[in-house]
Amino acid sequence: MTSDSSGRLPIAFHQPGVSSFADFLGAHAPEMLPGRRPIGSGTVDVPHGTTIVAVTFTGGVVMAGDRRATMGNIIAQRDIEKVFQADEHSCVGIAGTAGLAIELVRLFQVELEHYEKLQGATLSLEGKANRLSMMIRGNLPMAMQGLAVVPMFAGYDLLVSDPAKAGRIFSFDVTGGRYEEHSFHAVGSGSMFARGALKKFFREDFNQQDAVRACVESLYDAADDDSATGAPDLTRKIYPVVVACTVDGFQRIADDALHDIVGHVVDARMIRPGGPAAPLS
Amino acid sequence: MSAPFYVSPEQLMRDRADYARKGIARGRSNVVLQYSDGILFVAENASKALHKISEVYDRIAFAAVGRYNEFENLRVAGVRLADLTGYTYDRRDVTGRTIANAYAQTLGAIFSGAGEKPYEVEIVVAEVGDDVEGDTIYRLTYDGSVTDEHDFVAMGGQAEHITGLLKERFVPGVSLVDALRLAVDVLTQAPDGEMRTLTAQQLEVAALVRSRSRRAFQRYVGPQLETLLAGSTAHQAEVTHQPDADPDVEADGV
Repeated sequence: MTSDSSGRLPIAFHQPGVSSFADFLGAHAPEMLPGRRPIGSGTVDVPHGTTIVAVTFTGGVVMAGDRRATMGNIIAQRDIEKVFQADEHSCVGIAGTAGLAIELVRLFQVELEHYEKLQGATLSLEGKANRLSMMIRGNLPMAMQGLAVVPMFAGYDLLVSDPAKAGRIFSFDVTGGRYEEHSFHAVGSGSMFARGALKKFFREDFNQQDAVRACVESLYDAADDDSATGAPDLTRKIYPVVVACTVDGFQRIADDALHDIVGHVVDARMIRPGGPAAPLS
Repeated sequence: MSAPFYVSPEQLMRDRADYARKGIARGRSNVVLQYSDGILFVAENASKALHKISEVYDRIAFAAVGRYNEFENLRVAGVRLADLTGYTYDRRDVTGRTIANAYAQTLGAIFSGAGEKPYEVEIVVAEVGDDVEGDTIYRLTYDGSVTDEHDFVAMGGQAEHITGLLKERFVPGVSLVDALRLAVDVLTQAPDGEMRTLTAQQLEVAALVRSRSRRAFQRYVGPQLETLLAGSTAHQAEVTHQPDADPDVEADGV
């Protein structure tokens, strides 16, 4: 696979001008690219990931995902991780067919690092989002079979001079359409409930802590009304995956810190199950 | 029609080797050396954009001298091989040996193949391990021969001279600042004993830092490099002014 009869690296390895790992794979090992495989007919029952939320704040963006994967009425996994680091200043969360989505994220991570190493510079945030949208477009035939992948991409844009506006969120559809979202966004089966909750929680002057709290609250609301979204599991100490992208880079919020935040959210819901009240005026 | 000249295979290979060696000898030098917390790379390179030292993978880096287009081509191939191996298997399955082997095969095939001119390059592939004993440094020459090096490697025009200096002065387990001082010292000392000066702008400095979590490769540029260099020259001045300085204090650089 990686050498010809003389033991020498094949010509694709020496091809100048290609900085994309996916393009290199396409030339050298197309069978390894998702979306280049033959598609069978009929349907299969596979695990699906559910709700991802993201909230911007003054100084960056926070993304969080619940821990449940479902397969029909079965909980396929109760501690799946659906939010990942994309590179030093960005993160990606996935909803939809878990297997394909995780493969897509792996490819995307390598793609960004590969470009960075070959070019000696990182892609712009839009460049990364466009690259991701192209990868999703490649999965369209699978999506039409019911195996859709719907990611959400967020990051700290180093080219934006005002740090209050540097946290940016991009959403995608199965055809590869790329849309920039403002302030907050949610994808996945519980997204409509999460988005409704975030609409009431969101404030322009959020700091990172507020944004983390809003994410955890909105995931709780999603789990409240959507059976496919998992609520924080206090008995097993399984909490949402929460990450933040700031000027200092990517950071995953530690479980210890989440333990306290989740504790506060659940305690408050003991008194008021619907969550914080939004004032009418 | 005239018959082609006969050239003996020995003569042919000697000519090709001479050709490659001459090309390499024209270039500036590059030093790779182990220090307590990793592997340091120092190259004399006035260009900010055309690197002689690069990251290949999480724990692996690449340093080269010779023709830029040729070693850049090999560097890109190495990054592709590393990323492909890591994507196919796992990140931990990418080793310096895999990359060095692929380079050796490729350089060897190019050197002995009649259709191409030999590459005028010399390459180091280094991988930082969990401790100093775990570090590996491979040196590859234009004909595809590969050697497993320890402590330090010098490449480029003044390679022999610099290796001689390093043999006398290299001490295992020194700090980053001391290692950098040694590297800059040997790069600035010409074979006739004359000392040149190299500023931060003329140096390309990077390291594989053992303690960094995933991607060990780090470039030192701008103010950070100035500070490191200042640390090493201040330290040097202090040592020359106090010949009786306590060696323990001396090793405490930064």
